[in-house]
Amino acid sequence: MISKEEVLKIAKLARLELTDAETEKMQKDLSGILDYFVVLKRAPRINSDKTQIGADKRKNVLREDVVVERPASLANNLVQAAPDKKDGYIKVKSIL
Amino acid sequence: MELLGLTIKELHEGFVKKQFTSVEVTKAYLEQIKKTDDTIGAYLSVTEELALKQAQAADKIMSENDDFSMLMGVPCAIKDSILVEGEKCTAASKILENYVAPYDATVIKKLKKEGAVMMGKVNTDEFTMGASTENSAFKVTKNPHDVSRVAGGSSGGSAASIAAKEAVYSLGSDTGGSIRLPASFCGVVGLNPTYGAVSRYGLNAHASSLDQIGPLGKTVEDVEIIFKAILGKDPLDATSADYEYKEEPAKLKGLKIGLPKEYFTKGMDAGVEKVIREAIQKAKDEGAIIEEIRLPNTQYAIACYYIIVPCEASSNLARYDGIRYGSSRQSAEDLLDVYLKSRGEGFGPEPKRRILIGTYALSSGYYDAYYKKAQEVRQLIRQDFVEAFKKVDLIFAPVAPFPAFKIGENTKDPLSMYLVDVYTGAVKLAGLPALSLPAGFVSPKPLAKREKVGKLPVGLQIIGNHFEENKILSVAGQMEKMLQ
Repeated sequence: MISKEEVLKIAKLARLELTDAETEKMQKDLSGILDYFVVLKRAPRINSDKTQIGADKRKNVLREDVVVERPASLANNLVQAAPDKKDGYIKVKSIL
Repeated sequence: MELLGLTIKELHEGFVKKQFTSVEVTKAYLEQIKKTDDTIGAYLSVTEELALKQAQAADKIMSENDDFSMLMGVPCAIKDSILVEGEKCTAASKILENYVAPYDATVIKKLKKEGAVMMGKVNTDEFTMGASTENSAFKVTKNPHDVSRVAGGSSGGSAASIAAKEAVYSLGSDTGGSIRLPASFCGVVGLNPTYGAVSRYGLNAHASSLDQIGPLGKTVEDVEIIFKAILGKDPLDATSADYEYKEEPAKLKGLKIGLPKEYFTKGMDAGVEKVIREAIQKAKDEGAIIEEIRLPNTQYAIACYYIIVPCEASSNLARYDGIRYGSSRQSAEDLLDVYLKSRGEGFGPEPKRRILIGTYALSSGYYDAYYKKAQEVRQLIRQDFVEAFKKVDLIFAPVAPFPAFKIGENTKDPLSMYLVDVYTGAVKLAGLPALSLPAGFVSPKPLAKREKVGKLPVGLQIIGNHFEENKILSVAGQMEKMLQ
């Protein structure tokens, strides 16, 4: 069983606030799910440099490093979606 | 004329012969949504204004031209995890409850170019995480064949909207079975394309190495029409492939069809097995060569899937931070508090579970045992299919071990819901295309004496090799005729 402290530590790493009831439920759920993963221990081992999925076939896809014109309305739409904004900029709380 | 029963092809023929207009068809569908969707709950938002505007535009083009797209003027429903500019896109999550899409997904751009009519956005599990739409933050979509049961998920709104005649077709998305499962439960056709066949630009990211947009429709022919309209390379999705659809039909006669031994095991409902076996017999009668095949690593698929998916999801969902878009707790004390509270309040239980499992599995000290191990097992599963397709052309299997289950039946323990993906998840880990074809019906045993139990649809899963959707679709088309 995964401990309550561990759940809270992961939640903090994941930037997720949990209520006490949620923490308790997640402790139970996560333990059950992690226990199920034990089945993988029985799986045959393979050469670890082959873990890249289809590494033989895939290659990097790079785009050209050029400016792509997009409508000005798109930038406006994107800023408008922010919960807090001012003068066309997205506002965040002070960091320092 | 009964407009609601018509397929894409039949509507197109009607438009060509000027038997009815797109506005008439669209209004008939809007009427049907008003009449039935309170019960079914397929739609999260009905975009009536957009639909009528698109229908009028289509009518104008169709009145001036003799030659126009098959999808022109035909009403469709879009899963609410796909962006339609200017319309809400919630991903069935509270964190995006009021989010308005700032641009069109590539598939939406393509459908608009074809003259599609968009009726609205349909329900899904939150961020497409689930197998029943019960994880939607807003409502549960009911199965039109029996409203006490789930429509399947996560594209449950897509499948139910077609089965309830609230849309002619729909776009959904499949990460672990999310198109095939609801298609099977609701008795419609659903295609999960090869990974990379269709652009994912503008789809809410769940697990990026598996997510794929695909079509659901009334018939195999309809699904093929939609698929051809949305596939292809997109510069905005680096994982999309240069894909030219091959118009080479495959004949059942002489075709080698594999039945994975590991998929026909004890866990399957007897009624479902009977329907699937009968469908296989029909293929055999038609001259197909049926062979038993082995997919020896099947037993690891669910564990592998439910490590890789949460790892990718925990990373993908990091973007919902309460700063850039989505709901935000502005009364928080400082920046960290904005993150913690916005995410804590905005996400429902299933995304939270996946974020936590993913963060755990990727964290220092656990990475090798979980994520790295799962990637290795994924390679084994992929190899299983490579070997299988050296021997056979297609694989037949059930979509799910059972028909649509009762609402609430699998919600207590998250693992029981995860196991619903048992026949659909491995296909995704291998990046393969697969289709769910309505194969027949089962009558489940009533739970209570007086309970009325309707007939529930069962889907046959047809799995093909990478980029061989043509084989899947042409065989599905032949099977569809025999199963009627």
